[in-house]
Amino acid sequence: MRVHAKRAGALLGASLVSGQAMADWTLNMAPGVTGTSNEIYDLHMTILWICVVIGIAVFGVMFWSIFAHRKSKGYKAAHFHEHTSVEVLWTIIPFVILVVMAIPATATLVDMYDSAEADIDIKITGYQWRWKYDYIDDEFGFFSNTTTPQDQIYNRLDKGENYLLEVDNPMVIPVGKKIRFLVTASDVIHSWWVPAFGVKKDAIPGFVNETWTRVDEPGIYRGQCTELCGRLHGFMPVVVKAVPQEEYDEWKAEQVANAERERELTEKDWNLDELMERGESVYASNCAACHQADGSGAPPAFPALKGSAIATEDLEAHLDVVVNGVSGTSMQAFGEQLSEVDLAAVITFERNAWGNDTGEMVTPKDVFDYKNRE
Amino acid sequence: MTTHQTYYVPEQSKWPIIATVGLGVTMYGLASIMVNGSQGESTTGAWITFSIGSLIMVYMLFGWFGSVIKESRDGLYSPQMDRSFRWGMSWFIFSEVMFFAAFFGALFYARTFAIPWLGGEGDRGSSNMLWEGFQATWPLLNNPDPEAFPPPKEIINPWHLPLINTILLVTSSFTVTVAHHALKHGNRKKLKAWLIATIVLALVFIGFQAEEYVQAYTELNLTLRSGIYGSTFFLLTGFHGAHVIMGTLMLTIMLIRILKGHFTAEKHFAFEAASWYWHFVDVVWLGLFVFVYIL
Amino acid sequence: MSAVIDTHAQDHHHGPAKGFSRWLLTTNHKDIGSMYLIFSFAMFLLGGSMAMVIRAELFQPGLQIVEPEFFNQMTTMHGLIMVFGAVMPAFVGLANWMIPLMIGAPDMALPRMNNWSFWLLPCAFLILVSTLFMEGGAPNFGWTFYAPLSTTYGPPSTTFFIFAVHIMGVSSIMGAINVIATILNLRAPGMTLMKMPLFVWTWLITAFLLIAVMPVLAGVVTMMLMDINFGTSFFNAAGGGDPVLFQHVFWFFGHPEVYIMILPAFGAVSEIIPAFSRKRLFGYASMVYAVGAIALLSFVVWAHHMFTVGIPIAGQLFFMYATMLIAVPTGVKVFNWVATMFRGSLSFEAPMLFSVAFVILFTIGGFSGLMLAIAPADFQYHDTYFVVAHFHYVLVPGAIFGIFASAYYWLPKWTGHMYDETLAQTHFWLSFVGMNLAFFPMHFLGLAGMPRRIPDYALQFADFNMVSSIGAFMFGASQLLFLFIVVKCVRGGEKAPAKPWEGSEGLEWTIPSPAPYHTFSTPPEIK
Ligand code: HEA
Ligand code: HEA
Ligand code: HEC
Ligand code: CUA
Ligand SMILES: [Cu+2]
Repeated sequence: MRVHAKRAGALLGASLVSGQAMADWTLNMAPGVTGTSNEIYDLHMTILWICVVIGIAVFGVMFWSIFAHRKSKGYKAAHFHEHTSVEVLWTIIPFVILVVMAIPATATLVDMYDSAEADIDIKITGYQWRWKYDYIDDEFGFFSNTTTPQDQIYNRLDKGENYLLEVDNPMVIPVGKKIRFLVTASDVIHSWWVPAFGVKKDAIPGFVNETWTRVDEPGIYRGQCTELCGRLHGFMPVVVKAVPQEEYDEWKAEQVANAERERELTEKDWNLDELMERGESVYASNCAACHQADGSGAPPAFPALKGSAIATEDLEAHLDVVVNGVSGTSMQAFGEQLSEVDLAAVITFERNAWGNDTGEMVTPKDVFDYKNRE
Repeated sequence: MTTHQTYYVPEQSKWPIIATVGLGVTMYGLASIMVNGSQGESTTGAWITFSIGSLIMVYMLFGWFGSVIKESRDGLYSPQMDRSFRWGMSWFIFSEVMFFAAFFGALFYARTFAIPWLGGEGDRGSSNMLWEGFQATWPLLNNPDPEAFPPPKEIINPWHLPLINTILLVTSSFTVTVAHHALKHGNRKKLKAWLIATIVLALVFIGFQAEEYVQAYTELNLTLRSGIYGSTFFLLTGFHGAHVIMGTLMLTIMLIRILKGHFTAEKHFAFEAASWYWHFVDVVWLGLFVFVYIL
Repeated sequence: MSAVIDTHAQDHHHGPAKGFSRWLLTTNHKDIGSMYLIFSFAMFLLGGSMAMVIRAELFQPGLQIVEPEFFNQMTTMHGLIMVFGAVMPAFVGLANWMIPLMIGAPDMALPRMNNWSFWLLPCAFLILVSTLFMEGGAPNFGWTFYAPLSTTYGPPSTTFFIFAVHIMGVSSIMGAINVIATILNLRAPGMTLMKMPLFVWTWLITAFLLIAVMPVLAGVVTMMLMDINFGTSFFNAAGGGDPVLFQHVFWFFGHPEVYIMILPAFGAVSEIIPAFSRKRLFGYASMVYAVGAIALLSFVVWAHHMFTVGIPIAGQLFFMYATMLIAVPTGVKVFNWVATMFRGSLSFEAPMLFSVAFVILFTIGGFSGLMLAIAPADFQYHDTYFVVAHFHYVLVPGAIFGIFASAYYWLPKWTGHMYDETLAQTHFWLSFVGMNLAFFPMHFLGLAGMPRRIPDYALQFADFNMVSSIGAFMFGASQLLFLFIVVKCVRGGEKAPAKPWEGSEGLEWTIPSPAPYHTFSTPPEIK
């Protein structure tokens, strides 16, 4: 069935695209690179063909009537209007067909649900509008933000090859290993999808969903958030890099070391310029989505920070907003998401950028103290 | 069946459009109260809108039902018309049943699925990693995030007020039936007595329910804000209470009409409709008593 | 059980009142039916214009004409207006006009309440549309308004949206009660249940669905209201609630709702196909049972919209099997329609064209529905344009074509004039081509991985989106032709006889065209 279905799919695809060199006119689902995605593909093709065959049969009869049994051709209507055995038959046959479909579907589903005995656990958290990947076994994690420039989105620059499907820090996984994903969200519902894996799972705030994958071919795989999650739902890509085990180990060692270094940075003495520099990039990847790169925000939904009272006057209030968020709005509690260094940097940045020239500096230690005071 | 009864089709009526305006203004006012309130703006204008809307609604109810009563007493309604009213009322009650079903559904879902999952059991038990230390219990005396939703200290003891209330309501269902029988046998005196008894029972029920709410808020910290337990508790009992008040109003109006000499032993659909409604309210209470208070 | 209309206390005999108050205060099922139909068409244009905004933005990748925030408001309002403003009222309008005529009743059972049901709709939509002008904008969380995007994170106008839904709910429930009471109580003598036209049957069952699920919708928006304004935690895990609870309750309403949007169309098509096949409907009884079966099954399949939310596997399997089962009774209907045409004496006037297209294209939509029902495969399809393609195939050539077919079929009865057949056929072909051009490529987009509800997309989706937009503009523009045809038909045209269609049967064709203001004041006798 499987080989058969695939060949048939290729045939359908090829015949319809023939003559088109552009890959853009893709008509069908792609088989993907995991066992699951292949099984799904086969299921898809099987049902598709069953439907096509039923369709041809039913509409064949119908078109025959449309063609032959016309009044304009002088055709006289017959008088039958029921036939019990035919009616029973066309109740039973579809039922049997459905049972035939349900069997492989059940098997695939059972397989997809079996997330036990994984080699690596990765916690995926959806935020408005980026993903966070925590490698919980190794105690490091990072955010993954879209990197498509606004200029491309607003058509001021030519769009790049991976327009809307590119991120700063992709998730990295080793090939051939069973990876369990623990999927959750911090604000609204998101959904994590990589078509090539056949994995789509809703990220629900307050709950954790489990799913898994095992990728056999190294490569870069792209997907998107697939649950409406607010304004930038369309700008929340997923990128996963599957690499050979050795490469993964190297990458992991580096990440672990980085995480360690980050922790040490908190101790370091910072000056205003350093903080500003770091703050600018933290701001760009965490805050600009709402408050805009130039701090102008998008009132009334998102307040401007440029010239805002909170960002220029009361420091306590500023710390409070950023660390604890504003409940009931999309302003999140960044205290849990960012390190002390990044919090200090971004607050310092906001208090000195775009003409908010307070000259004030907030150090990681200030943030640390503020957090512990609460 | 009888041939050629009359089926009364009223020619034109101003009540529906008044009802539309009334409902629209009321709802708009209500929404404005909530929205302005939560944004810290003045709600005076919204309250005025709401009040105007409500007054229109009251005017409409008296007017519309008034004309129906008049038509009925003028003998315009045939038995077939009566059947339309019966179907109408029965399906309306069915729709009310489904309304409550949504809230009961929420309660069952929270108890059998959501809370155990949050507490670490079952298919989505890994959710517990987000709520360290949370344990699934019912009644829910600790919330996953007790700071955002301070849990109730205690819950209402079903064997005090709720039990009394159950007895009150079941009795009232019984007394209204007795009243109905009296009406059918033309015994107006008995009818009045039993109907009054029903209304008194209803009023006492409402009083106790109010007391229970005060207790919940002041002593038990059981509030709308105390997590899913409080949410389902107040929504279910609250909407039930609202229905009891509606039912009591209906029964009171029936009483007034009876005192004015309306209804005959044969024709008294309004009374029957009110008593159906009352039985429905009673059955919902039994559901509440078992699933909200006891279990 | 029979009735004559009571002309008590009427100084003007049987004619409509003059001026605007005729419409404002009317209790006449035909007036109310017309108002429903006009209102619904206005909403179709409004919702359609929003779809045009969507398609214009999606014409090319990149953001051109609207900001994402506004785009989300457009998809949300488009969905809500089409579902609650266009399709449902259109069917209620048809019910109002035709059910009394088909069963030989003098009017609807509760005429004043009927008027109220109608006027509540403009009221509800006034509130809904006014949210577009409120601070923070209109609802922007999709027509499915999942919590917590619609609760904690919703714009302030959400509260108005909730009350608008409440009012619509009141309207639908009362409308449905009226339909049931009419059908069960006002049938002419001899009109037994199993002699009723199928349109009446499908509406009886639709009305039951409405009464069963609209209150559940009211319940779920009430919970939202409480979460937003009164601090409850139904949909908030921090207080022991669950965002997924919202989805369960919503879809318990939502799935039966989609059948509410198709069953009356099934009924209408079951009237029209026999008429133009000049042959009795094949398998009347099985048609009735099939509709019943679809309605019952529709209560136990809701979670097929939620396959990816993490439902335990037993539930997943149950909902998958139950959903697949719906193909059986629906198949029975399709086969019966084909069997009715088979060896008939067919002719293809506009109502028939729309009906035949209905059968074919609805079935295609049904097939994609069946594919979505296969849970593992749905993990790939869910929330992509494949779903958008599915439901536009069942809604546009399903519900909307069903409504067009009904409109052409009964226009002569309503207006007393024949519509312009040539123009109507042009309308059909333009709609047919435009609609397929707009929605068929969406299957490919979905399979290639384009998520729904996005204002901008990756480059590989560009070509099909452009095709789709062109088709959509074409389909949209064709609807202006429909407006023209109807207006023309109302204002004049060839006089229609009592029974303009050779093969049609039923009580509505025994009265003159246009139907007099009051009909069946003395009930007809059915043998
Ligand atoms: C009129 C409206 C309508 C109708 C009739 C249907 C009919 C069906 N729908 Fe559809 N559906 C919607 C409107 C409708 N749907 C909408 C609006 C959504 C999206 C909501 C949203 O998220 O915004 C949706 C979404 C939707 C989903 C969720 C997809 C997702 O979000 O991932 C699913 C999944 O199972 C589904 C399934 C079905 C099925 C199985 C049918 C069946 O009833 C179809 C049955 C018909 C046939 C199968 C064809 C005829 C049969 C034969 C010829 C017999 C022989 C056939 C076989 C044995 C194969 N629908
Ligand atoms: C019965 C229901 C119904 C109907 C009839 C339609 C009709 C149409 N729909 Fe609709 N649609 C939904 C129900 C419906 N839709 C629902 C429920 C959703 C989901 C919403 C959500 O995600 O929450 C949706 C979502 C949806 C999307 C996906 C949005 C997204 O996910 O981002 C798109 C995209 O193309 C779309 C397009 C169209 C088009 C082009 C039409 C056309 O058929 C419309 C044609 C009609 C007209 C155009 C009006 C008449 C003409 C004029 C007013 C003259 C002006 C004309 C021109 C300028 C050309 N719809
Ligand atoms: C998802 C959207 C979003 C993101 C991302 C976001 N904010 Fe906000 N922010 C808001 C909203 C909404 C408010 C308004 C809250 C309110 O109503 O008081 C706000 C308010 C603020 C305020 C108070 C401004 C004032 O004048 O009231 C500050 C300061 C602020 N944010 C800083 C930040 C920083 C620093 C970051 C990044 C680390 C950030 N925000 C990221 C949405 C966001
Ligand atoms: Cu995140 Cu959509
Ligand atoms: Cu469904």
